[in-house]
Amino acid sequence: MRDSTFKSAFSDRTAKTFMGVLLGATLVVTLLNQFFPPDSSLHVSAYTVTLLGKYLCYALLALSLDLVWGYCGILSLGHGAFFALGGYAMGMYLMRQIGDRGVYGNPELPDFMVFLNWSELPWYWQGFDQFWFAALMILLVPGLLAFVFGWLAFRSRVTGVYLSIITQALTYALMLAFFRNELGFGGNNGLTDFKELLGFSLQSDSTRVGLLIATALSLAMAFVLCRWITGSKLGRVVMAVRDAESRARFVGYRTEHYKLWIFTVSAILAGIAGALYVPQVGIINPGEFSPLNSIELVVWVAVGGRATLYGAVIGAILVNYGKTVFTGVMPEAWLFALGGLFVAVTVFLPQGLVGLVSQRWAALRKQFPPKNTNNDTLTPAEGEAP
Amino acid sequence: MGHAIGRFLTTLLLAALCNTVLADLATDTGPAPGPGLHDILNQLASRSFDDKEAAIRQLAEQDHPRVVPLLNALMNRDLVQHRDSGAILLGRKNSDGWLLLDPVSEAEQQQVGSRDARPVVINNRLRTVINNQLALRDLASPDSEQRYQAAGQLIGNADPEMLSALTARRAKETVARVQDRIDVALNIATLDNDDLAARLNAIDALADSLHPAAKNALRDRVAASDNPAEVRAAEKALARIEARIERYQTADTLFFGLSLGSVLLLAAIGLAITFGVMGVINMAHGELIMIGAYTTYVIQQLLPNSHEWSLLIAIPAAFMVSALVGILIERFVIRFLYGRPLETLLATFGVSLILQQAVRVIFSPLNRTVVTPEWMSGALEINPVFSLTYNRLYIIFFALAVFLALLTLLKKTRLGLQVRAVSQNRTTARAMGIRSERVNAITFGLGSGIAGIAGVALAQLTNVGPNLGQSYIIDSFMVVVFGGVGNLWGTLTAAFSLGIANKLLEPMAGAVLAKIIVLIFIILFIQRKPRGLFPQRGRAAEE
Repeated sequence: MRDSTFKSAFSDRTAKTFMGVLLGATLVVTLLNQFFPPDSSLHVSAYTVTLLGKYLCYALLALSLDLVWGYCGILSLGHGAFFALGGYAMGMYLMRQIGDRGVYGNPELPDFMVFLNWSELPWYWQGFDQFWFAALMILLVPGLLAFVFGWLAFRSRVTGVYLSIITQALTYALMLAFFRNELGFGGNNGLTDFKELLGFSLQSDSTRVGLLIATALSLAMAFVLCRWITGSKLGRVVMAVRDAESRARFVGYRTEHYKLWIFTVSAILAGIAGALYVPQVGIINPGEFSPLNSIELVVWVAVGGRATLYGAVIGAILVNYGKTVFTGVMPEAWLFALGGLFVAVTVFLPQGLVGLVSQRWAALRKQFPPKNTNNDTLTPAEGEAP
Repeated sequence: MGHAIGRFLTTLLLAALCNTVLADLATDTGPAPGPGLHDILNQLASRSFDDKEAAIRQLAEQDHPRVVPLLNALMNRDLVQHRDSGAILLGRKNSDGWLLLDPVSEAEQQQVGSRDARPVVINNRLRTVINNQLALRDLASPDSEQRYQAAGQLIGNADPEMLSALTARRAKETVARVQDRIDVALNIATLDNDDLAARLNAIDALADSLHPAAKNALRDRVAASDNPAEVRAAEKALARIEARIERYQTADTLFFGLSLGSVLLLAAIGLAITFGVMGVINMAHGELIMIGAYTTYVIQQLLPNSHEWSLLIAIPAAFMVSALVGILIERFVIRFLYGRPLETLLATFGVSLILQQAVRVIFSPLNRTVVTPEWMSGALEINPVFSLTYNRLYIIFFALAVFLALLTLLKKTRLGLQVRAVSQNRTTARAMGIRSERVNAITFGLGSGIAGIAGVALAQLTNVGPNLGQSYIIDSFMVVVFGGVGNLWGTLTAAFSLGIANKLLEPMAGAVLAKIIVLIFIILFIQRKPRGLFPQRGRAAEE
């Protein structure tokens, strides 16, 4: 049994391994990109760096979903909405940073507002020229939405499938709303044409590497945070809610408070993922709200394996790598592959890849009892979540 | 009022009109000798449009079967003047110039160069005159539909010279809807009369008309008149018309709401079975609808010559195809996931992606159009501002019929009893000898088949494309959840109330915002009443 201080979450073996692999890989990529000339066979292109950064953003998003789905049993089909809201908050900051370098050269208004003949900045765009304000909003907006939505939903005990469906309706409604020009977020085209972040040009290699490092660090921090939460007493109550909500309630826990808390934390993490994603891909548009994105996200977690945290990260990276390969080689086959993956994972791999590996591992260990128990692989340690 | 004027004018002018009327009646007595026509036609050679108008009116008054073709020819610039002789002839343009024909006998006369003849020039005023004259002749047609169309053409266009002829027609007319249109045309024309009393009578009569031309004519009258009594009367009439139009617009909105509601009902009712009765979240439901729509398309392609009734084959065919696909999904995927609703949701979503992509590969990602049969196009016109389009009308009835059929199936048949038994308590049902596996497959097939039928109906309203199903899946879930899971009547109520609410909000907020408002309303509503409008009670309500 783990004790539950934050420090111990840093030092537990899984977290150490995870951070070691993640930060090690990031470091290697950074070095290969920065210190090898472009014609060297060891050079890693800026495209690959950004692609990796994108995968890590998805991994962070998947991590946030695993926190609510794996540990609390809340299948949110609208987590893409929190991701997109974080992304829009970042996008608004980046828009304001363009200043008078836009096509219309208006120092105050983003191009699309000039195009719509707006004379002044809407009130909700105020303050986004300051990074600290935008950063605050990246945390606040998804967090607040999750808090209000969760407060309403959990208080009236909307659970299971019903909750999944209304979260899906939430992201669908937001998508429709953001498609409207009148809302003031660029409508169909979204926000794009970003120039720089905190004074660093988004086109330069070093900024891209910097963003990759920032994403990797955020993912590592989030992982430790989630480890800490799930290892704490609060995390154990959350798992009790997942396994037997009525019983937990009868024992005397206000289950809706625990659910609300974990849901809000998860939404904030998703928002951070969105905020890191936008400067790397250079655009945010209402398509990010589409229900399909949120469901795809669920599959990443399911493929990796629920309630392990690193399973979600592995799943996100594997599925998205598969997507990159497939859509490059035979685009029309990607949806077949994704659909088949949905079916195969749910029917044959309820524990995901991580579950499969740990099962095989356990079987192997039974056959060949180890002499030495020190092994540093990515398989889960004993006493893990079920 | 209008009738009184009509009768008055009739008696006054009957004598003068006798000729025309009798002539019209005698059209089928065979062609009368033609030289008269040639003389009239030759007047069209004049440069003055007034002379031409007089010639057209004179031509129209003739009793001769060639009058209508000649007027049409004039409209289409097929009447030409021969440069050498100055005669007006029928001209057919060909590669060598003009082939000139006798306008009455259509006998070929000579071939001339393209510069040797030129079409008779007409302007917009003359076009209106010709149209009016043609319409006036059509008013004598034995076909009431043709008379109805002709009267419609005359509304707002009838010139004062036609009043007498029109009044005579009105007296002979027997079909009510044609009578109404002629009255409106007469009254609008009377508004230009010099007699104040006649004008006031016409204004009064027009207050009952909903025709847009009546409104415009009254507005013009308000602007043009210097008589306060007349202005007041016209304004009162306008206010009355506006109020009635508003009432009918509300009715129109309600009709559209009902029609949207029935679409939602059709889309959701299959889901109400698979989700409500079986507890299976089928995210591929929308794709089953899409398969039904594509089945309709394929059947139309297979029977290219029988669009009129291919729809009747499409309904059972779509049911069979979608039901088959549904049973396959149940046997190969869902069967392994009973009791794990969230996993079912994910797996069926995967199935939906596969089905969509399969359709893209087989039929191309482009939209396909399904031809609407003749008997479903057009509209039931109740008055000029309110009409019910037949396709929507049929879909409302169709949705209700499907709903009632399903209800009967579930409540009255042995299969329905088994389905309900399995859905309420699987173990006990099995203990009573019900083969629950088989019932599950059949129930799922039934729900899927109904989705296919919904696809047939939707194919009549929208384009058939790979994304057809996706756009309905969230709406259908909303309907089922809003109505209360496991309650078909709840689904019916929810579908119609959401449809009507959506359409009522649309004029105020716009289509997208209306949809957002409805979605937010449902989200809030479910949080107030998590079990929907009509929650299931008792044991079945427990998860």
